Amino acid sequence: MDKHMEAKKRNQAYNRYVQAKIPKTKPWPSLFNSFLVGGIICCIGQGINDLILLWFPNMAEQSAWAYTLIVLIFIASFLTGIGVYDKIGKFAGGGSIVPITGFSNSITSPAVEFKHEGIIYGICVKMFTIAGPVIVSGVVASFIIGVIYLFI
Amino acid sequence: MYYLWVFLIGGLVCMLGQVLIIYTNITSARILVTFVLIGVLLQAFGIFDPISEFARAGINVPIIGFGASLAKGAISAVKSKGLLGAFTGGLEATAGGIAAAIFFAFIFSLIFKSKTKN
Amino acid sequence: MYTNQTVIFKNKPVIIGSYSIVGPKEGKGNFGQYFNYVMKDDSFGEKSYEKAEMKMLKTAIVGAIEDAKIKASDVNLLLAGDLLNQIISSSYAARDFDFAFLGLFGACSTMAESMAIAGSIIDGKEFDTIVCSTGSHFSTAERQFRFPLELGNQRPPTSQWTVTGAGACVISSKGKGPRLTMATFGKVVDFGINDVNDMGAAMAPAAMDTMLAHFRDTKTTPDDYDLIVTGDLGKLGSEILIDLMEDQGIKLGLNYNDCGQMYYTRNQNTLSGGSGCGCSATVLNSYIIKKLRTGEYKKVLFMPTGALMSTTASQQGETIPGVCHAIVLECDESVKDVKISTTSNRNVKNTPSKKSERTSISQKNQGHINN
Repeated sequence: MDKHMEAKKRNQAYNRYVQAKIPKTKPWPSLFNSFLVGGIICCIGQGINDLILLWFPNMAEQSAWAYTLIVLIFIASFLTGIGVYDKIGKFAGGGSIVPITGFSNSITSPAVEFKHEGIIYGICVKMFTIAGPVIVSGVVASFIIGVIYLFI
Repeated sequence: MYYLWVFLIGGLVCMLGQVLIIYTNITSARILVTFVLIGVLLQAFGIFDPISEFARAGINVPIIGFGASLAKGAISAVKSKGLLGAFTGGLEATAGGIAAAIFFAFIFSLIFKSKTKN
Repeated sequence: MYTNQTVIFKNKPVIIGSYSIVGPKEGKGNFGQYFNYVMKDDSFGEKSYEKAEMKMLKTAIVGAIEDAKIKASDVNLLLAGDLLNQIISSSYAARDFDFAFLGLFGACSTMAESMAIAGSIIDGKEFDTIVCSTGSHFSTAERQFRFPLELGNQRPPTSQWTVTGAGACVISSKGKGPRLTMATFGKVVDFGINDVNDMGAAMAPAAMDTMLAHFRDTKTTPDDYDLIVTGDLGKLGSEILIDLMEDQGIKLGLNYNDCGQMYYTRNQNTLSGGSGCGCSATVLNSYIIKKLRTGEYKKVLFMPTGALMSTTASQQGETIPGVCHAIVLECDESVKDVKISTTSNRNVKNTPSKKSERTSISQKNQGHINN
């Protein structure tokens, strides 16, 4: 038991030492990159939305947004396929993860990656390894909110 | 002019994601989950729509918008269908996005091959 | 003969052949000129990266046998391992050869593990000729341990780059070439690191443990070696090892370095350096063995480290255990007296840490640690 405590203490000391030793990078460049790229992606989304409303003036706002997101998802999925999105991601970090394009990337990238394991066990099964939790947590949370609204 | 707002709000939201990456070292799946839940909460408290008024794509394009439409769908469906709405509303409202992501991913995974990094 | 953890080979098995094959990025790295073969494209003409990794191992084994100028039928045993689940690259590569196969898993320490076992078997006069091989591939390791290649995420500064490459060597009881004189088998050491992006810190304590055991068992000091080289601790991990050893009262001088740290040039964007089985295996079977053959190095302590983690264990909150095996390689008698005017251990350009830098680093961190 004593030995166990000793090891625990040693490990804590070692972890503290390693934390102090890890090279600290300046956060500002990466924060700026994510701001820039995130802002640009949102502006592209706005542009698509405006174009859709320009061409189809009678479309409901809700549907126009749905189309906008679908177009963005298409673009991101394509860029993932041709191997460009990961390069954007390396530069932008959160800037290309947080927009809906990041969601699309997180579905397409495992699908492309695991295609050699076959359509069923590769593409279809692995497709949700990263994005699955997003859908699960979103659906669960929205259900809870719906039930709460049922009673108030 | 509203593009400036779109850029600023969108950029700030994404930068918040980067802050999480730098200071908590979380993976992209966790970031996406966090932001979806933020969106659900914003919608539940009725804060999302006022922001969306002027931020437009700045808040709708980030995955927060996805969470917000999930919650919005559930809330409005509950009003018309009762408890059933809580089950169907969320996915109904976001079905387009999810189906598109799945469909395009499937098609492109058949066409393209993963490339190594340099 | 053995003392504690160390086996001392009386008959000094000989490394009669070696071969290394690497990917294009590795070919542009610091050791580029030393490798036997640099692939133009890291799918190596195969359909998947796993198949490419198998082919790399096969090529390395065939190359090493050719280099040794023996027939494949002379080989008694193949000792090989890699990083993939169920070590498929090694065992699938082995099915194309007509000799016995022992699969090993020591993560990135596999090269030394296999050579230490081969040395023991040959020294005991059980088998005559044994091939040791290991390799890794960036794209297969990435998708098994981390994320899909096309996912747009950033790598933290402590992360390392898995080397695409494979190395093999033939060890025999007779012949000419560098000799295997000692082997220290390491214990599994865990200092409670659970960050899967910080392998160097997880493995450095294992390297320290084996190094201390080696110096104790063989009554040698760091000054007895021309080169002491760890496998893939990377930039951060090797600095940690220097600190850890200093706390134990052993100062690692200029003759210490790390394969992972030396592997890539600075502008190749590999953050903390190279990692993977292929990292130490390709450096040993190209650069180090060549220098031992010419007599430029007389005595080398080669001690790659391995992080014995799995994604399942780390998702369950387990910490990362490390292991390190050490072998001592000495040049052949015939080149022992060769004097090379520039006996610099650092003719690999661009190695980041200088002695002055190092001492200041370790002074700064003294007192941070008490074990």
